[in-house]
Amino acid sequence: MSDVLAVTDHRRGDLRDVSYEIITAGRQLADDTGGDLHLAVISGSVDDFAEKLNRDGVDAIHTVSHGEEFNHDVYTQTITQLYDELAPQYVLTPNSVNGLDYAPAVANELDLPVVTDTIDLSANGETLTATREMYGGKVETTNELEGDAVVTIREAEWPTAEGTGDAAVEAFDADIDEDAVGSTVNGFEEVGGGDVDISEADVLVSVGRGIEEEENLDIIRDLADALDATVSSSRPIVDNGWLPKNRQVGQSGKVVTPDVYIAIGISGAVQHVAGMKGSDTIVAINTDPNAPIMDIADYAIHDDLFDVVPALTEQFQ
Amino acid sequence: MKILVTVKEVATVEDEFEIEGTEIADQYLGADLNEWDDYAVEEAVQLQEAGVADEVVTVTIGPEDCEQTIRQALAKGADRAVRVWDDSLEGVDLLDVNAKTEILSAVVEEEDPDLILTGVQAGDDSFGATGVALAEEVGYQWGAVVNHLEHEFDGDVASVRRELEGGVEELTDIELPAALTIQTGINEPRYASLRGIRQAQRKELDVKGLADLGVDESAVDSDLELTDMYEPESESDVTVWEGSADDTAAELGELLREKGVAP
Ligand SMILES: Cc1cc2nc3c(=O)[nH]c(=O)nc-3n(C[C@H](O)[C@H](O)[C@H](O)COP(=O)(O)OP(=O)(O)OC[C@H]3O[C@@H](n4cnc5c(N)ncnc54)[C@H](O)[C@@H]3O)c2cc1C
Ligand SMILES: Nc1ncnc2c1ncn2[C@@H]1O[C@H](COP(=O)(O)O)[C@@H](O)[C@H]1O
Repeated sequence: MSDVLAVTDHRRGDLRDVSYEIITAGRQLADDTGGDLHLAVISGSVDDFAEKLNRDGVDAIHTVSHGEEFNHDVYTQTITQLYDELAPQYVLTPNSVNGLDYAPAVANELDLPVVTDTIDLSANGETLTATREMYGGKVETTNELEGDAVVTIREAEWPTAEGTGDAAVEAFDADIDEDAVGSTVNGFEEVGGGDVDISEADVLVSVGRGIEEEENLDIIRDLADALDATVSSSRPIVDNGWLPKNRQVGQSGKVVTPDVYIAIGISGAVQHVAGMKGSDTIVAINTDPNAPIMDIADYAIHDDLFDVVPALTEQFQ
Repeated sequence: MKILVTVKEVATVEDEFEIEGTEIADQYLGADLNEWDDYAVEEAVQLQEAGVADEVVTVTIGPEDCEQTIRQALAKGADRAVRVWDDSLEGVDLLDVNAKTEILSAVVEEEDPDLILTGVQAGDDSFGATGVALAEEVGYQWGAVVNHLEHEFDGDVASVRRELEGGVEELTDIELPAALTIQTGINEPRYASLRGIRQAQRKELDVKGLADLGVDESAVDSDLELTDMYEPESESDVTVWEGSADDTAAELGELLREKGVAP
């Protein structure tokens, strides 16, 4: 068959943005294959979600009312049953943390290939062409595969679908084997609170692994002091315990939109960029002229941070 | 409890490099233990030190060249290592998730661990999928992107935190046996001591071919075929300031003043 089944993502009562993006990605793929776009809405307030997701390009929405929050066993069982019922060519899921908690299992259960974190997709007959990155974004690759597949899409790569659709909304009667549900979600916790809110800052002096040693953070603090700016960082700095979690910018940290974001010794991995690409002006200081951060920077200095940062600080002292 | 940790030697790329066909030319590549696997090894070794685990075994699919990297895990405290390699894997430029799953599942069946720890992703090809696919294949439970694991197990249940987007963590109980994909920051990986490095040379490192594991050669045929590799086109027109550090710093200082954000 030539249909596309796209799975949506929600958490704690809200649909995540990628649920609207996956409609766009799914519609493009379904246009290529000449099939229909089906959406799966699993758990939570599915009727409310289905109404919101009924946008241009969606042909059918299948709701499965089972529990409030994401459970990977429920998702895996439901999606494999929907696959059996609808026989789509492609199962599309978000490359979110939860997507990665069920998509590989669905693929394996269905004996299908899985291609993750795609940033572009097209299909021609039985052939899928998927674009993805390697080496932390230093290169892009095209990959081909034949036949049915499970594909995960990177968040914020496709525009959100707009308009109002006239998709048929139907409850799908999934047969969930409770004995096979081996994990229980007991709750959620917000982390990264505390005295500083980097998302409020006008200027962020943001430091990454290029700083090498904890002691060297002093030159970053000096610069921030001289500029009256706030210090933030990429993940490894927080992983190392050099700065608290509330300073981390990115997918699993904070989303920031300062007037100026100065990325110092930060390569610009996708999970970092997810947190700062909305900044007004982005300046990158990096010895590597090919670092992915250069793709989104407005201004760049291809030089050693240990030379540039002190020179900059000096100007404001 | 027995723990199996999957570890991969990943390719690292120099700042300047060239692409030949669908590969980065050899002379621009380095090698390192996958960052995420380093945290997984540390977690396993800590569980052993806490008396929860009694054996930590690592497994890798990789050529002989990677043994030095793999021994880093032994130097940090893993008990022994399994390395899977086969003539049929020689020259394969991409092992996709299904291929890895099929090979690794044969090792899981042989070793019969209670807990499998993998990294969230391999730093080079970044599928982020092997741990969960492997769990499904061997009939284990699983959890993806785990950044905390309770070292006291309540019966046969692992209590974990899964790191979701936006600074939210999910508190989850997972029945054993299970595979967990380990996120950076879950612990502080140690440096191997000199003594550890010496001891690692004497630790058992078993090399197995596909036939030894009862895996059919067709397992290495990936469904996914790499057809092109290129440097991404820049989407922005970035202004690059040239000159000495003093010159470029002056340009940046000027910009900050213009934007009215500098004192
Ligand atoms: C599920 C998941 C969630 C994640 N969430 C986040 C997140 O929220 N935030 C985040 O940041 N990351 C996150 N990551 C990690 C991310 O993938 C990268 O590993 C991380 O962002 C890399 O940080 P970095 O740029 O500081 O380090 P690297 O990638 O190591 O880059 C260091 C940079 O410093 C440069 N450099 C080195 N020396 C110098 C020098 N002397 N002068 C100037 N430049 C120098 C190098 O050229 C390089 O570009 C996540 C990963 C996963 C899998
Ligand atoms: N060749 C390999 N040998 C052993 N383990 C691997 C290999 N490739 C991937 N893994 C494991 O699977 C995890 C996720 O890898 P991936 O799904 O390829 O991003 C890694 O962190 C490793 O623990």
